[in-house]
Amino acid sequence: MSDAALAHEAHEEHPTSTGLNHRKILMWAFLGSECIFFGSLITTYLVYRGKSVVGPYPGEILNIPLTSVSTFVLLMSSLAMVLSLAGFERAAGAGTDEERRRSELKKGRFWLLMTAVLGTGFLGFQVYEFYEFVHHGLGLTTNLFGTTFYVLTGFHGTHVGVGVVWLVSLLVLSYFGKVKPLDVELGGLYWHFVDIVWIIIFTLIYLIPS
Amino acid sequence: MATVTDVRTQERVSTGAAIWSWITTIDHKRIGVLYFVTSLIYFLVAGIEALLIRLQLATPDGEILDPDLYNQLFTMHGTAMVFMVAMPMAAAFFNFLIPLMIGARDVAFPRLNAFSYWTFLGGSLLMHSSFLFGQAPDGGWFGYANLTSKEYSPGLSIDFWGLGLLVLGVASVAAALNFIITIINLRAPGMTLMRMPVFVWMTFVTSFLIIFAFPAITAALIFLEFDRLFGTNFYEVAEGGDPMLWQHLFWVFGHPEVYILVLPGFGIASEILPTFSRKPIFGYSAMVFAAVAIGFLGFSVWAHHMFTTGMGTIADAAFAGSTMLIAIPTGIKMFNWVATCFGGRIRLTTPMLFALGFLTTFLIGGLTGPMLAAVPLDLHFQDSYFVVGHFHYVLFGGLILALMGGVYYWYPKITGRMMSEKIGKVHFWLMFMSMNLTFFPMHFVGLDGMPRRVSTYAADMGWEGWNMFISISAFGIGLSVLVFLHNLVVSYKKGEPAGNDPWDARTLEWAIPSPPPEHNFDEIPQVTHRDQVWYDKYGEGHGSAAELSKVDTSVAEHAEEDEEHDVHMPNPSYWPLLVSAGLTIAAAGLLIHILVAIFGVAWTIVAIYAWSLEPASDPPNEH
Repeated sequence: MSDAALAHEAHEEHPTSTGLNHRKILMWAFLGSECIFFGSLITTYLVYRGKSVVGPYPGEILNIPLTSVSTFVLLMSSLAMVLSLAGFERAAGAGTDEERRRSELKKGRFWLLMTAVLGTGFLGFQVYEFYEFVHHGLGLTTNLFGTTFYVLTGFHGTHVGVGVVWLVSLLVLSYFGKVKPLDVELGGLYWHFVDIVWIIIFTLIYLIPS
Repeated sequence: MATVTDVRTQERVSTGAAIWSWITTIDHKRIGVLYFVTSLIYFLVAGIEALLIRLQLATPDGEILDPDLYNQLFTMHGTAMVFMVAMPMAAAFFNFLIPLMIGARDVAFPRLNAFSYWTFLGGSLLMHSSFLFGQAPDGGWFGYANLTSKEYSPGLSIDFWGLGLLVLGVASVAAALNFIITIINLRAPGMTLMRMPVFVWMTFVTSFLIIFAFPAITAALIFLEFDRLFGTNFYEVAEGGDPMLWQHLFWVFGHPEVYILVLPGFGIASEILPTFSRKPIFGYSAMVFAAVAIGFLGFSVWAHHMFTTGMGTIADAAFAGSTMLIAIPTGIKMFNWVATCFGGRIRLTTPMLFALGFLTTFLIGGLTGPMLAAVPLDLHFQDSYFVVGHFHYVLFGGLILALMGGVYYWYPKITGRMMSEKIGKVHFWLMFMSMNLTFFPMHFVGLDGMPRRVSTYAADMGWEGWNMFISISAFGIGLSVLVFLHNLVVSYKKGEPAGNDPWDARTLEWAIPSPPPEHNFDEIPQVTHRDQVWYDKYGEGHGSAAELSKVDTSVAEHAEEDEEHDVHMPNPSYWPLLVSAGLTIAAAGLLIHILVAIFGVAWTIVAIYAWSLEPASDPPNEH
């Protein structure tokens, strides 16, 4: 973060013991808690791997090329998120240079929109994947694989969905001048976390053969 | 704008406005009082459940309760005592004391704090509403799969339990996050981590345990509710599912939970013992590091609840070893408390008596811990009354006695009046004697083979003598609670005015009026020492102290000039209550109809938006 942005924030917030913003520590601690939640879901999936008594089994149904594309989409959304935050921070640090402020803010908003679009794209892939799986006879209650797969990826998808709503809310609020770089940064922390969880899920569920 | 003058005018408003001010309050002190009163009510409810259980067990072949009702009562006694008494009553102390002890005006997120309370209230009411439908949870507080499956527990009882606990979990995690940030970020100038009162440290460790332990039970409960509501296979043996999954996830949460319950008791005792021994706490840093060690080790011992499930020798040995390791930091704490008292000028006030009672009973409960951690012994103790005796010593002795001591100690600060010492001593001796007479013989009947969770026993087992004795003693505890309530009420009206510092105590809350003003500190204190208030009063023994405190005053005066016009407190808000209501409706909706659940979620979302768009303080404050 640039010095100017820091100065900007220091002006906005009350001083704290560590110099760190309350909400930023809150977000880190909350994500720490979320690690255990997803850890429990992922562990459950792994413990039950190969324990289904009826098919369809993962090897017959998982579409690795398709999910690789959707994984790529989600990873790119993290890049867009970084660019968006950079835009908002530069805009806040532009000082009296009104023209620069506007152009940076525009970039920030564009990449924020792109993040939300890519996130929605990932969700679209997931809906398609679920639809295909159900079509192939794998329901939520069919077997242990269906149960653990849908609950794990479903909770992850819900997190992505919440993230998309969050990003869109930020985008709308930014037109009312209510969004500070910190607000975008907090949304970004959450977004990257959800992204990282997907990297683990993708590796453990799709890439490691069962 | 809520300034000092506003607080005074508030006192003269109508009843309706007074109730409204409690509903919309985001003042940590008022939220602390709300937590305390609510958890006290649940303490009475769960206590009555315990007495009904003891009535049933007083004689062999008891017929007062049928087995179904018995199951409901012991389940709700355990669940309520853990989640609706112990945790929220500790939260009451956290709320009231943490900002005062670290020299802050409120917690880091005042509205989130209100949200925690209302969500706790919503979840606990949801679970207790099951009594109205005659479907109270009956699967034990541990809710072992697959007894809790739709097949073996039809009806809604387990759903009330699971959904209620999910809502309570949200409340606990939100509160814990709030205290973590408050302690990290809102300490007064000079209040370094190693100058914080031990109670603050215990809150800090407890809060970390909460945010890392609760997600495990959240996942386990989500699996349970998916199994019950949507027919998934998590705990379905026929589909390859394994009920042991529940036990692992539950105890990964459940054992840290034990420390979540008892560390606040440690913290309270660590404040009371030095004050009334007239000595600083012995081995401060050892106390802090022992608590942190307990926090870490607490996550590595969960399977000692599962020695009889056939995990195998290696797992059994590993978990027995890690469990016994916990005796080391706990032992450090025990010896430090004793050393704190050693050679001190001890004043046997009621809070001190409770703290000493805590020390002795917790020691007994602690010593039976390593006995249970030894696998060969545990195989015999498992599911017997020995275990019931053990954890009641830890939780009643380790937590309830400490909490009672805490009430006597801080009541003057909270209300401005002293509690009656005379009644207090009656209360202490009655409660202390009765609890020992109740829970100690449980070890004997346990060793004699009496199983827990069984609604009756035959006359020829030889257990009836002790059981009658235990039941009579249990009513002694009940009587002592009535004495306590009497003291609470009478002292509120007629207690001696307390003044700022009735105990000649050490921590920052005693430097301000009782009860504290809404903004706590007129000027944020400067901290230079542990036991700051003792230092301010007495210095460090010789000359230099006076000069130092002179310097301090000048700094403080400066601060006053700066801040005179800057005591803006955040505005009251009803959105936290409405978000909590939405969550509770969503959870209840899963019991009623999916549309109600969707309505609840929609309500929650709208309320969250309203909350986040509501300015936290008045426009003038946003420079």
